[in-house]
Amino acid sequence: MKVTVVGAGPAGLYFSLLYKKARPEADIVVYERNPFGATYGWGVVFSDRTLTSFREADYKTYIQIVDDFIIWDSIDISYRDQVLRCGGQVFSGIARKTLLSLLHERCVELGVTIEHERAVADVGGLSGDLIVAADGVRSVVRDAHADRFRPRFSSGRSRYIWFGTERTFDSFTFAFRANNDGFFQAHAYPFDGQMSTFIVECDQASWRGAGLDRGSEDESIAYCEELFAPELRGHSLRSNNSKWISFETLRNKSWHHDNVVLVGDAAHTAHFSIGSGTKLAMEDSIALVNALLVKDTMPAALSEYQLERKPRVERFQEAARQSQTYFENTRRYQHMEPLQFGFHLLSRSGRIDYDDLRLRDRHFVGAVDRWFTASVADTETTPAIAAPPTFAPLKLRTKTIPNRIAVRAERPEELGAAARSGAGLVLTGFVAVSAHARISPATPGIYTQKQGAEWQRALKTIAGTCVAITLGHSGARGATRARTDMVDVPLGPGEDWPLLASSDIAYTRRSQTPVAMDRDHMDDVTEDFVAAARLARAAGFDLLELHMGHGYLLGSFISPLTNQRTDSWGGAIKDRLRYPLEVLEAVRSEWPDELPVGVALNVSDWAPGGTTLPDAVAAAQALKEHGCDLIRVLAGQTTTAYSPRYDAYFLTHYADRLRNEAGIATLATGDITTVDHANTIVAGGRADLCLLRPL
Amino acid sequence: MPNAVPATPASLLVEWARTAEGGPFSSVGVVDRVVYECHDPLTTLAAVAEATERIGLVTMVVIGPLRNNAVLAKEAAAIDTVSGGRLTLGLAVGARAEDYTTVGISTKARGDRLTQQLLDLRLFWERDEVAAMTQGPRLLVGGSSDVSFLRMARYADGYIHGGGPPRTFVRAADTAKTAWNELARTASPQLWAQGYFALGDPDTVARGRAYMRDYYAFTGPFAERIAEGMLATPQAVAQFVRGYAEAGCDELVLFPAVAELAQIDLLAGALAEV
Repeated sequence: MKVTVVGAGPAGLYFSLLYKKARPEADIVVYERNPFGATYGWGVVFSDRTLTSFREADYKTYIQIVDDFIIWDSIDISYRDQVLRCGGQVFSGIARKTLLSLLHERCVELGVTIEHERAVADVGGLSGDLIVAADGVRSVVRDAHADRFRPRFSSGRSRYIWFGTERTFDSFTFAFRANNDGFFQAHAYPFDGQMSTFIVECDQASWRGAGLDRGSEDESIAYCEELFAPELRGHSLRSNNSKWISFETLRNKSWHHDNVVLVGDAAHTAHFSIGSGTKLAMEDSIALVNALLVKDTMPAALSEYQLERKPRVERFQEAARQSQTYFENTRRYQHMEPLQFGFHLLSRSGRIDYDDLRLRDRHFVGAVDRWFTASVADTETTPAIAAPPTFAPLKLRTKTIPNRIAVRAERPEELGAAARSGAGLVLTGFVAVSAHARISPATPGIYTQKQGAEWQRALKTIAGTCVAITLGHSGARGATRARTDMVDVPLGPGEDWPLLASSDIAYTRRSQTPVAMDRDHMDDVTEDFVAAARLARAAGFDLLELHMGHGYLLGSFISPLTNQRTDSWGGAIKDRLRYPLEVLEAVRSEWPDELPVGVALNVSDWAPGGTTLPDAVAAAQALKEHGCDLIRVLAGQTTTAYSPRYDAYFLTHYADRLRNEAGIATLATGDITTVDHANTIVAGGRADLCLLRPL
Repeated sequence: MPNAVPATPASLLVEWARTAEGGPFSSVGVVDRVVYECHDPLTTLAAVAEATERIGLVTMVVIGPLRNNAVLAKEAAAIDTVSGGRLTLGLAVGARAEDYTTVGISTKARGDRLTQQLLDLRLFWERDEVAAMTQGPRLLVGGSSDVSFLRMARYADGYIHGGGPPRTFVRAADTAKTAWNELARTASPQLWAQGYFALGDPDTVARGRAYMRDYYAFTGPFAERIAEGMLATPQAVAQFVRGYAEAGCDELVLFPAVAELAQIDLLAGALAEV
């Protein structure tokens, strides 16, 4: 068998030596366009798990790699003039140059032919039973068959630059620095005991603010040296043809075509902040060799390789995307105290949560617990012991919610059991403010004395737990059947009632078209909300929440998909908010000052043309100014056609953004089912409360 | 039931259902495929309905968009009525383009068509002029995208998991419950799942695997993995069933990869270990 490998980077060399070792009769030629010994980049990082796979694949190179390794077990976070250390993170680093030279030697020892300074100009002219495209992110082999591999690049929003330095860090170090130009971070890690990699990254505003978009390479070096002088300790930054670039994530629809297969950077890239591309590249090589050894035919082997590797890499890329998004937005978190900032950073990718961190470094997590408890108690004295953040109380106005877990109880008779669950906050389902505000005939209400008395009886049995009532008007989603077998199915003629909404847009094709509200309708509905708030107060609720999402009446004003008014209640976000704010203000004046008011707000409609995140942040700020204390984060349901995201932390990202940009307490919803989830969310300052989904 | 195992005589299907009804089983299931040597799922269940008294009848699944909504409503209503309300109608878009080509329907927007179908079915079962009944059959939907979970939560009674080890079901069940909860549906979704088995001597197991490779040939190299996932020992069956039970699966349908009545007893024997 004849194998042609294009590219003598780690992917190409490691594949060649592994395959040659298993199949000595194979004729393997590696073409490399650069001269021998020319290499770019500084160090490469591997986790302990990756090393295990190297040991199994080729013991000799494993030993050589490990002999040259620098090993460390902690992450340092340099922020606001202090350094936090979180241990239990086993990493190892090696100079890229060393790694390449030992892989090269092993290839030669096994009989692989390596030809340097052989750029491949004519991809069609390559011959071999198998052609391995290991020629990097700008792979010419891949691009010659771009229609089959279908590569897609997406550019990151921040700018970064690679340097080396003789300052030898003894851990993986993240350094953050704010100045008048903006907010900057460095990612630094040792690789050979003498040198460290030092990457500087910032958002575009900071980059321009500092003039780095216009400056020369020397000016960039000088700027970064001064900026990170405390971390560099007098050492200089060394350039390696360094330029400011934005990170490009590469995905390929297919990883093989005929006898051509992609490995390493030619197949995929993932943001440098969660691991090195070299690790992925060498794992690709192992998987490809295994597939070739196990399968009888080339098509079967290449399919097997893709089946094995592509889903894993895609999961890694998803975690990398989350990490990348975090680093693009670090400016948002600079108000956080160091321990919270650090915890948020360490749990950024969704792969490491509170419990994982506790296993790695219980002292670090213990410090987070104690800091959190002290910050909530608003005292300078840090306690000696503290429960996890979920069990810290939350004070909203004069109400103290005993812990950070919220649960739902749809109806009065379910309140008692929910309150005994241990949750700090019980939230009712949607409670209608009038008969016409109901979603279905089964929707509970609070618009008669009798209903008020029923809620009051239920609340009397509860002590210690806070109870919130969600007041809503169904709007275009009213007069439907109870949601026993379907959602939004209109009641038949005679059973239904007239609907009101921001604009006259029917919710489904079968739904009744609502009447676009005029001033009188608005006054009537506002009065209904106020009357319901009065009954809720009398019943003894601790917190009142207004439903402004999911396509219901108030939400229909906020989303541009449902608000097409041309008068002063439509148009820009401040105008679309006008009526919901009016209701909030009216309710706020009825509801006691010492008790909190919340809003359930759609942060995204998950549909094109819907509410944008900047709109949602503006809405949250306006709501806060009008006396709202807590936002429950919702998405979707504004229309029937939307593309939801159900992954565990998805809605949490919205809660995080609102909390940290609008400065308002948030209640995270979505697929949250464990206290571990809740601790990760609350300790990281992503939300203040978590609504647990029933199991 | 082995309705999609080639060369299975129609008579064996009825016999299969009768035998299963005499065993520790709560339902019999059928699969749907147009371009393959197999018996039509609904016609099979109609015959089985007549020959049995107790056992549940499940389509797992019928490829909904291939069928006219009103006609499907009528057929399902007939089976449900004649069986005394034993039908569970599982629907999905299916995975094979050739089924669509052969029926003469485009695969475009098939998800939207399935959504419309779910709504139509319920309304046809309520309306006098098509297939009125006091309560239509239970409706379940499959699919693995977030949009299919949304469709399930808006229009169906529960979710059908496409297969795989219990841990894949755990993830899907979580998503199904989240989607359901987001829409404030009452109660909780039905969560159903499926697997394949062939028990007995090595030759029987090999025939089972060969069938799976053939049936799933359209998935390319993935067929091999599906064949490897076939339950081939009583221990594998017991582990699989326990895993699904612990993950909250309401009904698990195990399809035979070998069309022999003896498989029913072998499966019952394996279940006795659970």
